[in-house]
Amino acid sequence: MFKKEIPSSNRSKVKSSVQRGLRQKLLDTYPGFEPYIEEIMPKKASLEAVKLPERTTLYTIDSTPLFFQPFDGPPIPHLKLIHAYPNALPTIQIDRGAIRFVLSGAALMAPGLTSPGGRLPDSEHAIEAGQVVAVKAEGKNEVCLVGTLKQGTEEMKAKGKGVVMDEGHFLGDGLWRMILD
Amino acid sequence: MAEVDSGPVEPQARHVVYCGVCTLPPEYCEFGGTAKKCEDWLKEKHSDLWEGLYSEDAVTANLSTLSVSAQERAAKDAAKKEAKAAQSEARDAEKKAASKVLIKRVERNKRKYVTVIIGLEVFGLENKKIAKDLGKKFATGSSMTRSPAGAEEITVQGDVSDDVRDWLLEVHGDKVPEANIELIEDKKKKKAEAAV
Repeated sequence: MFKKEIPSSNRSKVKSSVQRGLRQKLLDTYPGFEPYIEEIMPKKASLEAVKLPERTTLYTIDSTPLFFQPFDGPPIPHLKLIHAYPNALPTIQIDRGAIRFVLSGAALMAPGLTSPGGRLPDSEHAIEAGQVVAVKAEGKNEVCLVGTLKQGTEEMKAKGKGVVMDEGHFLGDGLWRMILD
Repeated sequence: MAEVDSGPVEPQARHVVYCGVCTLPPEYCEFGGTAKKCEDWLKEKHSDLWEGLYSEDAVTANLSTLSVSAQERAAKDAAKKEAKAAQSEARDAEKKAASKVLIKRVERNKRKYVTVIIGLEVFGLENKKIAKDLGKKFATGSSMTRSPAGAEEITVQGDVSDDVRDWLLEVHGDKVPEANIELIEDKKKKKAEAAV
């Protein structure tokens, strides 16, 4: 989604009523952020909206990126936020061979997850298509990709092929490199 | 980019160190295209992390999880990426050496002048911000304008060309070498003098 560099664009303050709504929406989408919400979005802090290409909006506080929201989708946390609170999102893992493709912006494919190096949640904690997940890599501690699943985890295990996630936010993409100050 | 800073500065948030060279978390440096430089940076700044990531055990453990052919392909890919990064860096440096910052004094109305500054963006400076700073510094109007050709330039009211040069060297001297700054008097004025 953000393969290209993002030109710095205009930003605007978010109305406090809208801010409250966003906060609620973030909590609804990611209950995992509940204990930290006061730290992430203090009630008093002034949230800023930065327009990104493709009708996406990035929300920041004091030039710290928090999350971005595509026009028609749920808010997705910025990788820096995920690094700070790694347990807030459901996580899946890819094998080592897939890392270099992910970091150059390729779509995430199922074999990278179903192979021995990858890890998917068991069927009790299955993740449905359409949910936002963080993607870790084999042998690494940090999350390298975040985005919306195109396939449920059970489906992946059954089929073992096809696109799992495209249009994610990955380490080193335009959004990651964007300078906010 | 802040190096040891991530997320809000609060006790609960985890702090992740980001590489100062490629901005990724250090464990992903090997995929960033500037692996060698990243390694040096990490060794210097966070030697404890360096121990964990680049010690021999860690490297062999990383490699053993991949099949040989995949390893070769990955290595080839990494080498290509690195070469590309080095190339673009060299090109950038060359461009910087060749280009000049022009500070022009343009006559506006007989004894009134504006100073036009061209070419700062090549040196990694943002025209809009510099314009604002200059306006504050000299207490004059100062704005980023687009020349008819479409290039960005800064227009400062008043004849401040020497001061602008001094200020640039003082504040952004690390980015703009002195030899690359050139002062130009407006040509129109010379023509006018010749006519008299």
